[in-house]
Amino acid sequence: MINWAEHLPALQVVVPMLCAPLVVLLHPRGFAWAAATLASLFAFVISISLAAGLLRGQTYQYNMGSWAPPFGIELRVDAFSALMLLIVTGASTITLFAARQSIDQQIEEERQPLFYAAWLLALSGLVGILVAADAFNIFVFMEIAALSSYVLVAGGPDKRALPAVFKYLIMGTIGATFYLIGIGMIYLMTGTLNLADMELKIHEVADQKPVLAAAGFITIGLALKAAVFPLHIWLPNAYTYAPHMVTAFLAACSTKVSLYVLLRLDFFVFQANLSEHDIQFSYFLMPLAVLAMLVASVSAMFEQNLKRMFAYSSVAQVGYIMLGASLVNQAGLTASIIHMFNHALAKGALFLVVASLAMRFSRLRLCDISGAGRQMPWTMAAFVVAGLSLIGVPGTAGFISKWYFISAVLSEGAIGVALAIIIVASSLMAVVYVWRVVETAYFGVPQVGAIKISEAPFSIIIVIWIAALANVYFGLVTDVPVMLGTMATEALMGHLR
Amino acid sequence: MNAGDTILTAVALPLAGAVAIAFAGRINKNLREGVTLVTAAALAWTVASLVPLIYAGARPAISITEVVPGIELAFKVEPLGMLFACLASGLWIINSIYSIGYMRGNAEQNQTRFYTCFAIALAATMGIAFSANLFTLFIFYEVLTLSTYPLVAHKGDEKTVRSARVYLGILLTTSIGLLLPAIVWTYIVAGSGDFTPGGILAGKLEGPAVGLLLGLFVFGVGKAAIMPVHRWLPAAMVAPTPVSALLHAVAVVKAGVFTVTKVIIYVFGIDFLFAEPSSSWLVYVTAFTIIAASIVALRQSNLKRLLAYSTIAQLSYVVMSAAVLKPFAEIGAMTHMVAHAFGKITLFFAAGAIYTAAKKTEIHQLHGIGRRMPWTMAAFTIGALSMIGVPPTGGFVSKWFILAGAFQAENYLVLATIILSTVLNAAYFLPIIFMVWFAREKSSPDINHGEAPLAMVLALTITAGLTIGFFFFNGPVLELVGPIVGMKP
Repeated sequence: MINWAEHLPALQVVVPMLCAPLVVLLHPRGFAWAAATLASLFAFVISISLAAGLLRGQTYQYNMGSWAPPFGIELRVDAFSALMLLIVTGASTITLFAARQSIDQQIEEERQPLFYAAWLLALSGLVGILVAADAFNIFVFMEIAALSSYVLVAGGPDKRALPAVFKYLIMGTIGATFYLIGIGMIYLMTGTLNLADMELKIHEVADQKPVLAAAGFITIGLALKAAVFPLHIWLPNAYTYAPHMVTAFLAACSTKVSLYVLLRLDFFVFQANLSEHDIQFSYFLMPLAVLAMLVASVSAMFEQNLKRMFAYSSVAQVGYIMLGASLVNQAGLTASIIHMFNHALAKGALFLVVASLAMRFSRLRLCDISGAGRQMPWTMAAFVVAGLSLIGVPGTAGFISKWYFISAVLSEGAIGVALAIIIVASSLMAVVYVWRVVETAYFGVPQVGAIKISEAPFSIIIVIWIAALANVYFGLVTDVPVMLGTMATEALMGHLR
Repeated sequence: MNAGDTILTAVALPLAGAVAIAFAGRINKNLREGVTLVTAAALAWTVASLVPLIYAGARPAISITEVVPGIELAFKVEPLGMLFACLASGLWIINSIYSIGYMRGNAEQNQTRFYTCFAIALAATMGIAFSANLFTLFIFYEVLTLSTYPLVAHKGDEKTVRSARVYLGILLTTSIGLLLPAIVWTYIVAGSGDFTPGGILAGKLEGPAVGLLLGLFVFGVGKAAIMPVHRWLPAAMVAPTPVSALLHAVAVVKAGVFTVTKVIIYVFGIDFLFAEPSSSWLVYVTAFTIIAASIVALRQSNLKRLLAYSTIAQLSYVVMSAAVLKPFAEIGAMTHMVAHAFGKITLFFAAGAIYTAAKKTEIHQLHGIGRRMPWTMAAFTIGALSMIGVPPTGGFVSKWFILAGAFQAENYLVLATIILSTVLNAAYFLPIIFMVWFAREKSSPDINHGEAPLAMVLALTITAGLTIGFFFFNGPVLELVGPIVGMKP
């Protein structure tokens, strides 16, 4: 008798991956969508049970084919990966539930099975990164996720997606290559790829130049993939021209997974062993984080295209996450990890709203959606809720992370006050760009000669509202993200000794 | 039912009522109005059942959830909140009767949406009144703003929507841009945002920072309409008159001055603030608002806009009085919330009755209208006298306490402001009163009208009665709020 519970970490990756080729064979199109949604839902249910198990105090460690590490492939799920798994599988599942009509509109019928297959591959790649316990498998899954994301982004009807995806591909490949170079150097020095093993062995060679170079390569490579300012230039156009539902999926989780790898490698391997690495880490990332929060927010304030506006907002939010991490302390890191969860909620909901708008409006500049508040009342009301969460208004998830950030920076003395002011300033800029949309949608008049616009299909409205209300729910009941976030931080900081 | 559950019921009841109204509206309008009245009555009864506890000195509380350590979603009833909740829930019944007459009399569209949003606004008001801390208060404050937007924009034409946008824009921007930072600052400095007798900031903050934080609070609470963040109130006058009456004379604006008063008493603490010179600017700003708004009111030709500017001045009475920071003045602030509520709702009711019966909105059209609408104009006269502060109306009681507080603090600026503004109030209300009673109608009116519908006349007669009644029977209110500043009635 097989004990299924034991295999959950592996099934999480394997099920979507195996479903991908099956989906290609499915015709007519409805089946492909249903199969993809089911596979994603399955992964989501597994991550919920993994998270629940971790909260009960269980640990998950899995040896592929029963080969013991460091020689076999080890999978490991701790609080950090469990929280990220919830984000990734949750974002994929909820987006797929809403996606059907939007995808029908954007992608021709015969290509849809391929599209859903690419989606599942992206999902299994992202999930794989989160459960893999060795640096090389992280790379492999990163490539699976990246290649299928390129396909997804380029899959829409918008031809401008092609140059955007080309840029994305070049930058993404550079990032992955840098990461691989770094891993290769460490392998040369330590002879291992398993993270836990690496942590022990790197100690002996920590003062060697190749290890320092490796740390540099890995940090830059992952920063590129995570769209850390100023390495974000691939992101706005890729998000803007991708099919709308793909944007909702990727915006909620893809950059965060790269951030996850960055934090995990850095805190597991480098921080503990390389002398003064924490100072270099802070000095390098904190200015970039602050710049991202300010510059990207300003860009968002002046942006006309709705999707690009929120893409810039994502760059700013990556800045928040990096800011917390760059404090290199318990409070800051907790804030960052909680913000990953809360921002995924807010941004996922916002891009779902944008996808819903896109079903009725042919273009998504601000002036195009003028008057949408009256034509699509339910969609726009959900936008207001999600927008408040993005700003960080009390009663929404966004406030929780802003609160943790502010308390974290204020424990840093004089520089902390400055950082707190920057956080408030950046939030006020978020007020401006969210308000611009609300103003146009509610107070603008529909364009002359525009066709009569009706509300989006019911199935999308339901999903949007689930996402919007999740923002309110997790703004009031914060146990799960806060507990997982705290556990994750303790695990990461535990390596610092 | 224990007291905690009663508090939750008071907040949840109007919400449940809103849902029921929305469904009933699909069936039958009589049923819908019936549901509104039943909800209003049930709410008033629920709120009233808490009153004896407060008199007995209890402070019932209930915590719903702790969002992050130190930040709770929680309710706690104290005298000031009790007073506010009684005021809003009691007047909601009268206002609902009035609304029925007004909305039917003017054949307004979208009445179901109107009653539904009204009920949600009342739920938010209850939440504000019973909040145990700044975090909870902020959430319901925003819900109140959002739920009243459809009421202000009710008519839906371009001019109305433009005004509603000013309304929403000012209230949201000030609350998120100023009030929220102030709240976060308070939590960080004091480690809590609980409303605590004596305040929580003493010893935690000093120097100019106190004045700055006070400024963030006072201007962040845009609903208190202190200049220069008062523009939303005249803009909101495009709403149907029942909205102006209950929300923009009672619930919304009182939520503003209530918040400011509560922050001064329970967050800063009056003794702490009195000892801190950097907070003294508030008296000057509110004195300026009172005089400036009164002068602007003098120049208005539209009756509702005149009432709006009068409201701005009267709200600043409350804040100025609270800013005097002496026990008598605090009592004056709290009683003025009540007295002004009764008087101003009567005035708005009268304005709506005139509009419904005669379709008149401008002051110069009102010559001799008192003979056609004696009940309405008698109530209007009582309301206006209360604004001026003439006995035997409620306005006299609160002014008495404010003056006593000014003497207590030896603050002659406050004295001068009140005297001057009383003159100004008289200057814009007395000519109207003279005109409606003693002038002749200039020409025969387009409509040969009499009184407004019975429901409306009934409502405004009751509130006019309350205005006079408050002069004679203010004991219960004084007894309720006295303990806040340690005074035995």
